[in-house]
Amino acid sequence: MLELIVFLPIIAAVAIVLGSPARITAFGAAAITLVLSLVLAVQFKITEEGGFQFESARDLLNIPGFPKLALSFGLDGISLVLLLLATIVMMAAVWVAPQESKIKGSSKIYYLSLLLIGGGAIGAFCSTDIFFIYAFHELALIPTFLMIGLFGHGENRVRTAWTITIYLGVGSLILLAGLILALVGVGADTFNIEEVVALAKAPETAIAAGKQTWIFGLLLVGFGILVSLFPFHSWAAPAYASAPTPVTMLHAGVLKKFGLYGLIRIAMPMLPEGMQALTNVLLVLLLGNIIYLGLVTIAQKKLDRMLGYSSVMHMGYVFLGIAAANHIGVGGAVLLMFAHGISIALLFALCGWICERFGTVDFDELGGMAQHLPKLGLLFGFAAFASAGLPGFANFAAEVAVFFGAFQVGSGSLGWFQWTTIIALWGVVISAVYMLRAYRSLFYGEKLEKAAAPADMSWACRIPILLLLVTLLLVGFVPEILNQFIRPAVEGIFLTTHG
Amino acid sequence: MPAYILEIIVVALGLLILMVDAFVKLEDKRTLAWIGMLGLVVVFGLLFRVEAPASTDSPFWQFYAPDDRVALFFKGIAVLCTLVVLIMAYDYSPVVVDQTADPEPGAHPQAGLGEFFALPLFACAGLMWMASATNLVSIFVSLETVTIAFYIMVAYLRRNVGSLEAGVKYLILGALSTGFLVYGFAWLYGVTGSMQLSEISAALASPDVNQLGALFAFGLILVALAFKVGGAPFHFWIPDVYQGAPTPITAFLSVGSKAAGFLILLRLVDPFLGSEALSDKVATALAAIAILTLLIGNFAAIPQMNFKRLLAYSSVAHAGFLFTALACAPTKGGGESLTPTTVIAFYLGAYLVMTLLAFLVMSTVRKTIVDETFDAYSGLAKRSPFLAGATLVSMASLAGIPLTAGFWGKLFVFKLAVDQGQWVLLTVAILGACAGFYYYLKIAASMYLSEPDGRKQSVDNSPIIVGKIARTAMIVMIIAVIAIGINPSLITGLLG
Repeated sequence: MLELIVFLPIIAAVAIVLGSPARITAFGAAAITLVLSLVLAVQFKITEEGGFQFESARDLLNIPGFPKLALSFGLDGISLVLLLLATIVMMAAVWVAPQESKIKGSSKIYYLSLLLIGGGAIGAFCSTDIFFIYAFHELALIPTFLMIGLFGHGENRVRTAWTITIYLGVGSLILLAGLILALVGVGADTFNIEEVVALAKAPETAIAAGKQTWIFGLLLVGFGILVSLFPFHSWAAPAYASAPTPVTMLHAGVLKKFGLYGLIRIAMPMLPEGMQALTNVLLVLLLGNIIYLGLVTIAQKKLDRMLGYSSVMHMGYVFLGIAAANHIGVGGAVLLMFAHGISIALLFALCGWICERFGTVDFDELGGMAQHLPKLGLLFGFAAFASAGLPGFANFAAEVAVFFGAFQVGSGSLGWFQWTTIIALWGVVISAVYMLRAYRSLFYGEKLEKAAAPADMSWACRIPILLLLVTLLLVGFVPEILNQFIRPAVEGIFLTTHG
Repeated sequence: MPAYILEIIVVALGLLILMVDAFVKLEDKRTLAWIGMLGLVVVFGLLFRVEAPASTDSPFWQFYAPDDRVALFFKGIAVLCTLVVLIMAYDYSPVVVDQTADPEPGAHPQAGLGEFFALPLFACAGLMWMASATNLVSIFVSLETVTIAFYIMVAYLRRNVGSLEAGVKYLILGALSTGFLVYGFAWLYGVTGSMQLSEISAALASPDVNQLGALFAFGLILVALAFKVGGAPFHFWIPDVYQGAPTPITAFLSVGSKAAGFLILLRLVDPFLGSEALSDKVATALAAIAILTLLIGNFAAIPQMNFKRLLAYSSVAHAGFLFTALACAPTKGGGESLTPTTVIAFYLGAYLVMTLLAFLVMSTVRKTIVDETFDAYSGLAKRSPFLAGATLVSMASLAGIPLTAGFWGKLFVFKLAVDQGQWVLLTVAILGACAGFYYYLKIAASMYLSEPDGRKQSVDNSPIIVGKIARTAMIVMIIAVIAIGINPSLITGLLG
């Protein structure tokens, strides 16, 4: 069934090429993958030792001198949570996507690209073969380029499309170099993630500490570019601002999590000493994300760019959780990846709605929407609070875990981690500031003329929004829904890391 | 059935086309292409029936490898490449007729087209023979068979200045490189006293070989073959010749000729690498050429604004990756590792599919546009989503995006470089791949993102009709690019 989930979006994309009606096919594929992934979540057995379930493998390549390649899939707690994130956001994104008649240009390319971006993310999260983890992620590269270039908004869209594609392309090549070095370093004769990690942990085959630092550095830069780690963040906000709404939802919500996933899945267990050596560097960089980019976010004058920067900023917290490298921190990071993915998709969906109705997202030109568009106001309010980390939303539960995790590191005195956490806490204030400012300038202030106000959100528009919002609230009130999956998987990473 | 029968069949096929062209009255001379295509399909099928000969006593087997999987693989590349070239030539024939037509009254309106279909077959026979050649003499003769056929084909459009210019350039530089090659062979014979590759190998491995003489021979051979495959700094003829030659022939040059050149390089470099005294210097020379070729090919491709010229530089860039593989031959034995032969064969197999796909699109579009500048291609996605999609797949693969055949080629090369600890080469190769991302995507961008410029009369917006054979060939190649990208053992399996 896992293989079906992975290949359904891709099969649907091929069907669209062959002439199947675009929107219906995409919608059907997204809905079926969502249902199937929920079924998997229910069937998933929670065990103490973690490990992969629903495994399947097809051997592909076996030649001397080169690692064995197999098209293999499997889920553990972490990848299950990210799979759920991907399928939920993909459903919402396809739903939010415009009707075929409203798309300027080829609706085939539009939906095809959406499916490939979503399918690539799903495939990357479900693969247990390092080659395919990498390769599926790259599946999204060209569709993103075409989507921004063809259907994006703003005069600079072609330029932006180039920027993101070259940035991410170069990032992937750096990542590739790091991965090859890591694989060769442990003398792996397979791409299978479990076997490679086992090799990396065995004292005889583990990579020497000095070499680990280099390789981890490469991986950090490679993955960091994909996640928009400061100072490799400059592609993100302009790209999100000019990409079509569904692409932004998928990219900011799901695809960007790939880099973090890679760090947790590959870099952390394989290169513990390298990570330790570079932790302080990572702490400084992530403060760049939280504080510097947080302030940049406050300065934004347009909703789409503000959301883009806020999404970059929040990556800092996830990095903090990963840097902490303990159960609470990493568990919180995974939960935050989920929560942030859903909430940023939600915000961008609302932003897209506003942009479509008003033709602008400039704070100076908008205002006073609360009276005539109460439903939008309510939904946006929820989304903004979620993103700012108000209790009751998944983001809160996750951020708290990250902070606790980071504070716990060390011997109890005030060290690097404690100071970083204390400074990072101010990020919460920063995000409250920009979210509330955005809310104020959109919904209060000079009243919107009744005549100028469009109809409020219809049910058809609200369903995908509600899907995302309910998920956030549900996980916010009962984080255990996801934590029960995450905990054993994270334990599993450390069990063998320090064991 | 021994392998040489296939070469005989291919030559006979070429002669048959010439005879039919001369003695049978054909309404449409493109029928001749069908003879070639069908014949090549049969030959390709027969490749799988080749068996080693029962006895190899006859002196013939000194010139010809009796049983060699890699040689068979390269014969396959030659046959497939020629097949696609004929498919392209079929669609391209209006241009050929236009540029060669004889104004004399009474002449067949398609006079001169028949030879255009026969010549690739003769070149193909040469390429196939070259794959099995194990003796300096047979290597040289087969190489010249191919090259002479190419001299004619490059200059085939005799009313087109560009094609004639390309022909002259190719002739002069080709002759020059042949001179180098023969001189190198002469020195090699002088040093080792043999024309036989296996004996040369043994002679070079012995400690009392004349090192200076051997290195001089190697230098000459390397220069000559770098000319043939487009290794920098001997690549400068490539852009002009590629741009001027008829598109199907450009494709043939880019794939067939390069594959053959690298096979010969592999064969000739191997004895040198096997010699303890020489291997270091030889590997250094190869690495130097690899670095230069990677840098020049990739970075000179960036500013190109002409599709064909860009593919010419891209062909140089790919030669750079292939040289990288060659330079990373495992000199210090020990353990199982990838061999340059496997990597180069794989790379060329993948390169065949993706490059021919691009050229197939180009020769199909060529009927409706005047030149190959990016401007002429703008808006192609609207005129023919199929052709644009095919180009996109081919460009993704050439750029080396995962899940395409091209990615595996590069990955194997990188792995080989890491295995051998060639860090400088690896860094340059990765930089080159980064540049590749940009310039290949630029083609996609010109097709999808830029609107056709209505002010230029050269641009029309009518849909492009793709011929049935070309369409089938393209679909097969698209599927092949992706299938190999997912499962590279489709090619490595053939190498045994």
